[in-house]
Amino acid sequence: MQKLTFPRMGESWRTFKMLLEDLGNEVVVPPRPSKRTLDLGVRYSPEFACFPLKILTGTYLEAIEMGADTIVTSGGIGPCRAGEYAMLHHKILADLGHNIKMVVFEPPRFYPFNFIKNVYILNRARHSIRGIIALIKKAWRKLQALDNAEKLSHVIRPRELITGTTTRVYRKGLEWIDQAYTNEQIIDAETAALEALRNVPQNPEAEVLRVGIVGEIYVLLEPASNLEIEETLGNLGVEVERSMFLTGWTRDNTWTETTEGMTVKAAAEPYLPELVGGHGRDSIGNTILCAKRGFDGMIQLAPFTCIPEIVARTILPKVSRDYDIPVLTFFLDEQTGKAGMTTRLEAFVDLMRRKKHFRQGNGLLTG
Amino acid sequence: MKAYLGIDVGSVSINIVVLNEAGEVITGLYLRTKGRPIEVIQEGLKQTAESIPPDVKIAGVGSTGSGRYLAGIMVGADVIKNEITAHAVAASMVIPDVQTVFEIGGQDSKIIIMRHGIVTDFAMNTVCAAGTGSFLDQQASRLNIPISQFGELALKSTSQVRIAGRCTVFAESDMIHKQQMGHQIPDIINGLCEALVRNYLNNVGKGKEILPPIAFQGGVAANVGIKAAFEKALGFPIIIPKYFNVMGAIGAAQIACEEVSRKGETSFKGFQITNLPYRTGSFECDGCSNVCEVVEIFEGEKVIGRWGSRCSKWDITGENK
Repeated sequence: MQKLTFPRMGESWRTFKMLLEDLGNEVVVPPRPSKRTLDLGVRYSPEFACFPLKILTGTYLEAIEMGADTIVTSGGIGPCRAGEYAMLHHKILADLGHNIKMVVFEPPRFYPFNFIKNVYILNRARHSIRGIIALIKKAWRKLQALDNAEKLSHVIRPRELITGTTTRVYRKGLEWIDQAYTNEQIIDAETAALEALRNVPQNPEAEVLRVGIVGEIYVLLEPASNLEIEETLGNLGVEVERSMFLTGWTRDNTWTETTEGMTVKAAAEPYLPELVGGHGRDSIGNTILCAKRGFDGMIQLAPFTCIPEIVARTILPKVSRDYDIPVLTFFLDEQTGKAGMTTRLEAFVDLMRRKKHFRQGNGLLTG
Repeated sequence: MKAYLGIDVGSVSINIVVLNEAGEVITGLYLRTKGRPIEVIQEGLKQTAESIPPDVKIAGVGSTGSGRYLAGIMVGADVIKNEITAHAVAASMVIPDVQTVFEIGGQDSKIIIMRHGIVTDFAMNTVCAAGTGSFLDQQASRLNIPISQFGELALKSTSQVRIAGRCTVFAESDMIHKQQMGHQIPDIINGLCEALVRNYLNNVGKGKEILPPIAFQGGVAANVGIKAAFEKALGFPIIIPKYFNVMGAIGAAQIACEEVSRKGETSFKGFQITNLPYRTGSFECDGCSNVCEVVEIFEGEKVIGRWGSRCSKWDITGENK
C-alpha cells in the first residue's frame, strides 16, 4: 500500500491525516520542522531558493526515513516560483536516490481533470463520488475547527493572567479536535476547545494592542518557520490577527473567489494593480484593510529572496505613510535568530503603545 | 540624593551610567565586553559605586542591549528594555525635537524615525554587519592606525576613492586593491567611510524619511570621518550628543526612573552584588524536536534566570507582561 506524506503547515496536518486515511491510505505524518529538518533542507536545496522550499526538502527527507513513498502537495499557476516546487522536489529527491511518487494538486478551478485524476489515485477505499464529497466536507469542518481554535487563542493569549495558560489549553483543545472523527464529534470537540479557551483566567484591564500579520503563506502558517512569532507577540500583550488561514486560502483558490478576497484585491488596486505572484498583493490589500479597521500595526513575514513579498515590501512604506500605520517586515531564513526578532518585536510594541498613548493625549515617554 | 542606574550590555561594550533626577549624567562608564559580560558588569558596578558621591541613593535601575536580560536579572532591574526604545528616549532627552536617530554600535546599526517625540518607524541591519564598529576596528588594526585617529585621517583626504561597501569581505579586498594601486591611506579611509555611509543609508535607511535634527550615537559616532560622510550624503548637519557612546544606558536609566515613579519602589539588589559569585550553565532540552539550548544563570547556588528555549517552558527572565 502507498504511504503518503504531505507538507506540514501548522496544525492542518490533523485534517489531512484524517482525510487521507478515510480515503484508505496509510499516512506518514510529517514531523514538526526542527533543526535537523533545516540542516537536511539547507544541505540539499539550492542556496537561493526560498525558505519554504528548504524546510519542505528537509520535511520530505524525514518523512521518507519514516517510510513515506508518495508526496501529496500543491502546485500553483501564478508568477511565484512555488508553483514549480513539486517538480523541483521530485528531482532533488530522485538525485538522492529516492523514487518518490508526487501527487500534485493544481487549483481545481483551472484544472478540474487534474483534481479528478488525483482524487482517483488517492481513493484507495473506492468510495463513491458522494462518499468522497462527504469525507471532504468533514475534513473541511475539521480544518475550520482547528482554525477557529487558533484564532481564539490569539485573542485570549495577550489577556491571560498567567503566561503560558492559553498555549496549554490550546494544545489540549487541538488534541480533542484531533481525536474527533465524525461531524458531530468534530463540532463537539470544537465547542469544548473554544469554551476551554474562553475560560482561561484573563485580565479584563489588560491594555491590548492589535496587530495584523501579512505575508507569504508558508511562513505565516508554520510557526516553526516564523520562530513562533504569534505566541511571542501574544506574550508581549498583542492580539494577533493573521490575514491568512488555510480555510480562507483554499476557498479563494477552489471554486469561487470569496468576497473577502475581492476586497483585498480592490484595496490593493491603487498601489499594485498587478498580480505579482504569491501573496504580494494580499499583503498590501490586507494592510490597508487592517489600517481602516483601526489596527495598531502590521507585521509582514516573508521568506528571504521571496520576490512577491519584496515587491510588497517596497510598496508598504507608502501605504504605511498614507494610512498612518506602522509596518515591520521580517525576512526569514535558516539564519534568522530569535534574539534579533525579539528585540525588534519589543521595540515595535513600544512604538505602537506610545503612539496609542500619544493619540489618547497621554504624554508618557514609555509604554 | 536620588539617582537612576542604566546598564547597556552590548556585544562590544558595556556602558553604565548614573543619572540624577533631572536626567543629568553623574557618571558614565564605557568598558569593553571582552566576551565576559558577567565579570565586566560586576567590575563596572564596582567602579560606579566608587565614583558616585556617598549621599547618592539608587532609586531605580534599567537594563538594555543584547545582554539586557542577563544584566537585568543580576542587578534586579526595574525595567528591561530593548535598545531601540532606550536610544530613542535618550536622544529625545538631549534633542527634544529630534526626528532621526542613527545608532551604529559594535555589531549592529539602527535607524530610528521619530515625530513629536514618539518613535514612528525603525530598522536594524538585517543580514550583514558591514559598517559597524567591529569592522572599522579590524580595518584600523590592519592599517596599524589607532581607531581614535581613523576618522581624522579621512578628513585629510584630497581625492575621491570609491570603495565597495556592500559587504565587509568585498570592502576589505577592495581596500587592499586600492592600496596596491598606490592610493593614499587618507583617501582610502575616506572612501571606506563614504562606502559605509552609503551602505547604511541604502540598507538600514531604505525607504525612511530622514529629516533633521539628526542625532548620531553609538561608538562609531566618535569617528569624525563617518560624521562628515553622513553630512555630505544627506546635506543636513549631524548632531553628536555629548555622551554619544553611552546613550543606550542613559535611555535605560530614564525609563527606569519613569517605571519606578509608577510602581513606587525599586527592586535594585544594591552594589553588594559585585561581590556575589555568578556562574552560567546550559543544557539541551529534550522536550521536543527543537532541542533548544537553555542557558541558566546562578547566583551562588540559586538559579535566578533561565532562557534560550523557543517555547517559554523554561523561561525565568524577570520581565513582567
